[in-house]
Amino acid sequence: MDDLVLQTITRILMPFIQVYGIFVIVNGHLSPGGGFAGGTILGASVILYALTFNVGAAEDLYPDDLAEAVESSSVLIFVLVGLFAILMGANFLTNIGIFPSPETGTLFTGGFVTPLTLAIGVKVASTVITLFTHLFGEKKP
Amino acid sequence: MTEIFHVMVLTFLIICAIAVAYIRDLLSAVILFAAYSLMMAVIWQQLDAPDIAMAEAAIGAGVTTLLFVVTISKTRRQE
Repeated sequence: MDDLVLQTITRILMPFIQVYGIFVIVNGHLSPGGGFAGGTILGASVILYALTFNVGAAEDLYPDDLAEAVESSSVLIFVLVGLFAILMGANFLTNIGIFPSPETGTLFTGGFVTPLTLAIGVKVASTVITLFTHLFGEKKP
Repeated sequence: MTEIFHVMVLTFLIICAIAVAYIRDLLSAVILFAAYSLMMAVIWQQLDAPDIAMAEAAIGAGVTTLLFVVTISKTRRQE
């Protein structure tokens, strides 16, 4: 779709959507939202880009090999964070207080929750983009 | 006041749900389904579940609608 209005508005709007998605992911332990909702917002911004410009550009931007690597490594991060707790002598995915924790309500109080939500968010965003490009893409798999 | 609002939202939700099942034009059905999802998100928020409301608004009204529209554009529009 070669529409100047759509393209300009998408160019202006996309960073704001992505910053909002990252905000929802990073504040997952404080406010509503978290990895799943934030990752969907991130993926939806890339879908907006793909619809406004062309799907081939999005496919080139995010090929299947990269998607495979990103999704596998985010699952791996999740499992490794869980296993780290076992290594320290607690149960799987226990939130051990090894990070310095400032007063409650500030950003970095989640401990292990923040890397976990980050991993979930990246994986969900990648899945949403891959779903779209596989359904609507021009490349033959 | 909130009770009137709840009754209005729930009525609209039920109307949307029934209309999705009855309408023959698939694109209209998809748009009605998006409206259903949006109302559902409002109801989740009213039921003190803002987490689910955000996920419903992003997935139900956003991504699912888009995937349905893409599928319709790849296939045919009438049932």
